[in-house]
Amino acid sequence: MGYQLSKAAGDKLLAQWSRNGIVFAPVKMEGEGCFADTDVVRYGNVTSLDQVEWEKKSDYSFKEILLPINETLFYFTEDQTMVPKGKEQKILIFLRSCDLHAVKRLDQIYLHNGGEDFYYNRLRRRAKFILMPCAETCDSGFCAAMGTNACEDYDAYVSVEGEDVFLDIRDEELSMWGEEILNGNSETTVALQFPKENKEKVTLPKNLSNESVSLALWKEYGDRCIGCGRCNFVCPTCTCFTMQDIFYRDNTNVGERRRVWASCQVDGYTDMAGGHSYRKSQGERMRFKVMHKIYDFEKRFGYPMCVGCGRCDDVCPEYISYSACINRLAKEEQTHEK
Amino acid sequence: MGLDINTKKLKKNAFRVSKVRGIGASRIRVPGGYLDARVLGMVQEIAQEYGNGFVHLTSRQGFEIEGIRFEDMDKINEKLQPIIELLEINQEKPGAGYPASGTRNISACIGSNVCPFANYNTARLAKDIEKAVFPNDLHFKIACTGCSNDCAKARLHDFGIIGMTMPQYDPDRCVSCEACVKGCRALSVNALHMENYKVIRDKDKCIGCGVCVTKCPTRAWTRSKKKYYKLTIMGRTGKRNPRLGQDFLAWADAENIIKIILNTYAFVEEHISPDAPGRKEHIGYIIDRVGFEEYKKWALRDVELMPETIMKECVYWDGIHFDR
Repeated sequence: MGYQLSKAAGDKLLAQWSRNGIVFAPVKMEGEGCFADTDVVRYGNVTSLDQVEWEKKSDYSFKEILLPINETLFYFTEDQTMVPKGKEQKILIFLRSCDLHAVKRLDQIYLHNGGEDFYYNRLRRRAKFILMPCAETCDSGFCAAMGTNACEDYDAYVSVEGEDVFLDIRDEELSMWGEEILNGNSETTVALQFPKENKEKVTLPKNLSNESVSLALWKEYGDRCIGCGRCNFVCPTCTCFTMQDIFYRDNTNVGERRRVWASCQVDGYTDMAGGHSYRKSQGERMRFKVMHKIYDFEKRFGYPMCVGCGRCDDVCPEYISYSACINRLAKEEQTHEK
Repeated sequence: MGLDINTKKLKKNAFRVSKVRGIGASRIRVPGGYLDARVLGMVQEIAQEYGNGFVHLTSRQGFEIEGIRFEDMDKINEKLQPIIELLEINQEKPGAGYPASGTRNISACIGSNVCPFANYNTARLAKDIEKAVFPNDLHFKIACTGCSNDCAKARLHDFGIIGMTMPQYDPDRCVSCEACVKGCRALSVNALHMENYKVIRDKDKCIGCGVCVTKCPTRAWTRSKKKYYKLTIMGRTGKRNPRLGQDFLAWADAENIIKIILNTYAFVEEHISPDAPGRKEHIGYIIDRVGFEEYKKWALRDVELMPETIMKECVYWDGIHFDR
């Protein structure tokens, strides 16, 4: 249901919500960027609307809330294991349309890909999604090309415009928690703000031939890539993790098993016993990543993995543009067809 | 009628006596080497109107306008006024040119305005120091450099200020990619190693260069909110005993460093050799003469260092001796 509130009332509503759940939103963390005196926008707890970074797209996605960077799966002693207790408190996540589409991808991998992942599931069912507006397209995103620029399956929509807050609340609990504030406010129709088109125009290749594996562009990108993995870590749809068994220093008979984010660009990703490793060159790794995002995932699940948020383009220290790469592939495909 | 000029006065007014009789040069100090581009046009104008059309970019990030006639000094000083104002130079009398030249331009590397490695805004600190020490005619050389790469050659100065950051580690954001460990090994001092898939920083070895922070792909490493600096002292070039400056403080703050520099002016006033030609004696030689303990007494007056600051109780220098 749609509402128009004053900012003060909107803040009260958010305070109400944060009493009933933990609210995560993009937050500008001052001085925590890569370089001196630069900021980073990433997810943090908020209790008021002003703490939310509304303008700039977050450098790191919401993914780390549903899929912690480090997650202890269980603790072990010599003869026992113990799974850490999950929490029950609801999690409210402010995100944009592209990212809400990314949730679908995370669900696909962790819930609908043969068996449900216990750890993902227990976090996921606590989550509610609060859609943020995109009044204008960001510079690097290409959500329109990926069909992720609009969405409907949000729990609430919150937009701050000057001193007014526009709300569309669909989730019953969110309405209930905010009852005191919402009651007495007449319902209104709220027009959601979605970008219709982007500055970044992207065409996906649809029928790549097998020859595309040996295209010269992979070698070129491979020579430029430094294998830092930033593209994977900022991506809202990258879901790979690795396992770490930690034996506590003071007593090596006890410890814990963690799962930790992994990157297909970083050394060690496919290392196996005996020292074998798939895809040794950065070019091969980039090919694997790009093809997974726009091609292989789709073959399997019927829609592309990439949501076109553009974060990987923004973060690459070597200025490798994933979107430019996709366009080059589409061009190669055309040339090949001719 | 012959030229009757007080060369001591003109030197203190930032003019130089050249090889050619009656011809000098006008020296323009640019703190931190950072300037509004309009200054360039003004320098050009003076060079073309009063000089020989050529300008030397000095080794201390200033301009030296060549080929000016001493009788034009007053007019040039007037022309320098907008430059002095744009550069925010401390000045006693508007229109009278640069008020001092003994203490050299505070130079700086490009710093965090542009450079990804820099830990602070070097030009801003150079300006702050300029404000604190000028006008002053004692022979001091000070440089600000953004990180331990020391592109500003701060270690060749009486005071070298090297940017540091105290790396902050959030193990929950660390994915064990080891980019920091490899970066520190290849580019810095190998102060990091992995233990149980997490990074351990050797606090004693770490020089606060910030390589780990720039290499980290997940923001597990971030810079400290507080800016830290290393203060190296009494480096010098010269005829007798050129040497690199030695660390005096590490993990220090700018406020105390400026205090120490000002205290050093008082120390030099007290101990400078009465025979020093033009009151120009490298501070390092004065310290060599009176002893480091005496210097420290002066330098640390009213200085209250932060608990994390590490101070060398005694500093020793080496370098090349041509005087023994």
